[in-house]
Amino acid sequence: MSDSASTLEAIISQEYQHGFETSVEADALPRGLSEDTVRMISAKKNEPEFLLEWRLAAFRRWLDMKPPEWASVHHPPIDYQDIIYYSAPKSQKDGPKSLDEVDPELLKTYEKLGIPLHERAILAGVAVDAVFDSVSVATTFKDKLAEKGIIFCSFSEAVQEHPELVRQYLGSVVPVQDNFYAALNSAVFSDGSFVYIPPGVRCPMELSTYFRINAKNTGQFERTLIIADRDSYVSYLEGCTAPMRDENQLHAAVVELVALENAQIKYSTVQNWYPGDKEGRGGIYNFVTKRGDCRGAHSKISWTQVETGSAITWKYPSVILRGDHSVGEFYSVALTNHRQQADTGTKMIHMGKNTRSTIISKGISAGFGHQAYRGLVRIARAAQNARNYTQCDSLLLGDRCAAHTFPYIEVKNASAKVEHEASTSRIGEDQLFFCRQRGLTMEDAVSMIVNGFCKEVFKELPMEFAVEAQKLLGVSLEGSVG
Amino acid sequence: MLIIKDLHASVGDKPILKGINLTVNAGEVHAIMGPNGSGKSTLSNVLAGRENVTVTSGSIEYLGQDLLALEVEERARAGVFLAFQYPVEIPGVGNVYLLKAALNAQRKHRGLPELDAMEFLALVKDKMKLMEMNESMLYRAVNEGFSGGEKKRNEILQMAVLEPKLAILDETDSGLDIDALKIVANGVNSLRHPERSMILVTHYQRLLDYIKPDYVHVLAAGRIVRSGGPELAHELEKQGYAWIGNEGSGQEVSSGS
Ligand SMILES: Nc1ncnc2c1ncn2[C@@H]1O[C@H](COP(=O)(O)OP(=O)(O)OP(=O)(O)O)[C@@H](O)[C@H]1O
Ligand SMILES: [Mg+2]
Repeated sequence: MSDSASTLEAIISQEYQHGFETSVEADALPRGLSEDTVRMISAKKNEPEFLLEWRLAAFRRWLDMKPPEWASVHHPPIDYQDIIYYSAPKSQKDGPKSLDEVDPELLKTYEKLGIPLHERAILAGVAVDAVFDSVSVATTFKDKLAEKGIIFCSFSEAVQEHPELVRQYLGSVVPVQDNFYAALNSAVFSDGSFVYIPPGVRCPMELSTYFRINAKNTGQFERTLIIADRDSYVSYLEGCTAPMRDENQLHAAVVELVALENAQIKYSTVQNWYPGDKEGRGGIYNFVTKRGDCRGAHSKISWTQVETGSAITWKYPSVILRGDHSVGEFYSVALTNHRQQADTGTKMIHMGKNTRSTIISKGISAGFGHQAYRGLVRIARAAQNARNYTQCDSLLLGDRCAAHTFPYIEVKNASAKVEHEASTSRIGEDQLFFCRQRGLTMEDAVSMIVNGFCKEVFKELPMEFAVEAQKLLGVSLEGSVG
Repeated sequence: MLIIKDLHASVGDKPILKGINLTVNAGEVHAIMGPNGSGKSTLSNVLAGRENVTVTSGSIEYLGQDLLALEVEERARAGVFLAFQYPVEIPGVGNVYLLKAALNAQRKHRGLPELDAMEFLALVKDKMKLMEMNESMLYRAVNEGFSGGEKKRNEILQMAVLEPKLAILDETDSGLDIDALKIVANGVNSLRHPERSMILVTHYQRLLDYIKPDYVHVLAAGRIVRSGGPELAHELEKQGYAWIGNEGSGQEVSSGS
């Protein structure tokens, strides 16, 4: 990371390499961020007055804020005036014309992950109208959800069609002034997903951004809002195991989850943004704010994440356990290889009585990878009989990587029970020798041992996702041992 | 099957094996005995290809191939099996999963079709009966929380499933109770085959009562100092290793040797 040319410019020059034209189209704003930028974004999207005001309030707060410095990640300063904050959804012309024009390294990875051909094209950003007609798939899918009264659409669409819901819940979990990146996102967010599950409804399928075809190119400031009304259930999948081509270096998304009485939200992420090359150049900075609010009694929110991508990850999916008897869970696998850096963890804020939270964090470091787990468990005065169990394990591959654990525990109610277990281990030479002696290759042996290490988290993932995640770890670790 | 010629090997810069000569023909069972620290496990590790042991001179021919030129997994696929003196635990990896992956990796290498889950289970359950192991062991993590004896049985189960050509059992009898010893010995005996050779590393005559070796060798300070038939083991049982003299302490006493 010593070379400070490895910033946005590097990414931009890379685009030239791939033959993109970056001439400003009619429907894009010039670089830079000001109050006018925010007004123009809102106007282009034809937003109601309340949303513009909300964005502006966020922008004004942001001007006075500084990027957090406590995280143990290092990168050259980001020039926020050198970013294009709005461009109309890209037409497919901008992408490569066929798979032949796509980076062969990327294609190799897709092949290893066993991604079907037509999906490879979509992921690599190839114009796909000709190869894959996803409209029909998406339509039957939408009909099924509509029958149950479920709303699942892009954020922009929700603003137009359901402004009252957006107004009621937007920013109610992550307030605009929450942190530097959340404020920035609130001011300039481009698009994202919106989900509403009506009372008593169990969503009949896993909701995945993959099916939401108009979600393509939601850009670097993505906004997601999921509301599970009383007695409802939803499982939401974000991301994809395949590395996605993306031109934006900085990603600052915000995800807000609201679970009302007796509702349950399961949110699973597999994040595999471009991590940069072996020297750490050109990877994506992923600074995300994810928070769930167990607003109703007996509600439950689970975060499960597998993080293998990005050059830098800064991410703490959290749960506010407001309702009595509510439950918060965090299951995480984070892998850093080469020069990747990750500072991740969670916050469990116990406010209601008899609230319970579980944190299982598995960190894997290889190469020069560097990672920190940061977990906050706060038991408020009113949170009678709160329980937390935290288990935090690190696995090191090789001797040039590092892992750190920072548990923060604040207990204001004496009836609380908080348990913390932590371990750090190195992948054993004897384990590798044993597996190879039984006939496995070094790579399969590493992959098997690492997957064993992550088992408690993988079993929380929806079945298909779990299988993909296992393969992904194997591929991400290739060449890291031996 | 196996021809070891004047093998010298070190761990770090410490010479451990100092000129081993040993020939094992197809179908033979050789027992290797000798004091603690004499190099028995080191020899086993050299055969399996463990990287922390450096071969400094000598040669090993296995089925006409230069064994030392092969990677650890290539040796395994060519039929070399090592039952570990200290079996390794792998948390989170199911015993059945490891076994299936290992068997299929080897089958694939030999051009045989991979077994699916059903075929594999049928095979492994059959072998478990032989080892009198409880099926629940299959679904536990590899050796995690296994008792000492259970770990050793698990090693032989792996051998029974993988059906190697050359099996090296490093103190598989240590830590077994009398019943378990009989079960393990039965398992091993059932795998005796004219095309399969075995090297048994052991400290006790007991094991050799059940598994009758064709030859017994005494390893001391990195050399085979005596070889003989099964009667040599009896002799050792009576006399111990005192007759070997200082060499047998396993320490670097005689610099001139
Ligand atoms: N990694 C190592 N580092 C240093 N010395 C080693 C290492 N491995 C083995 N040795 C030494 O090599 C010598 C031979 O060890 P080895 O394990 O082969 O003995 P052994 O005959 O199997 O003994 P035992 O009967 O106790 O199992 C011993 O002196 C031991 O301390
Ligand atoms: Mg030994």
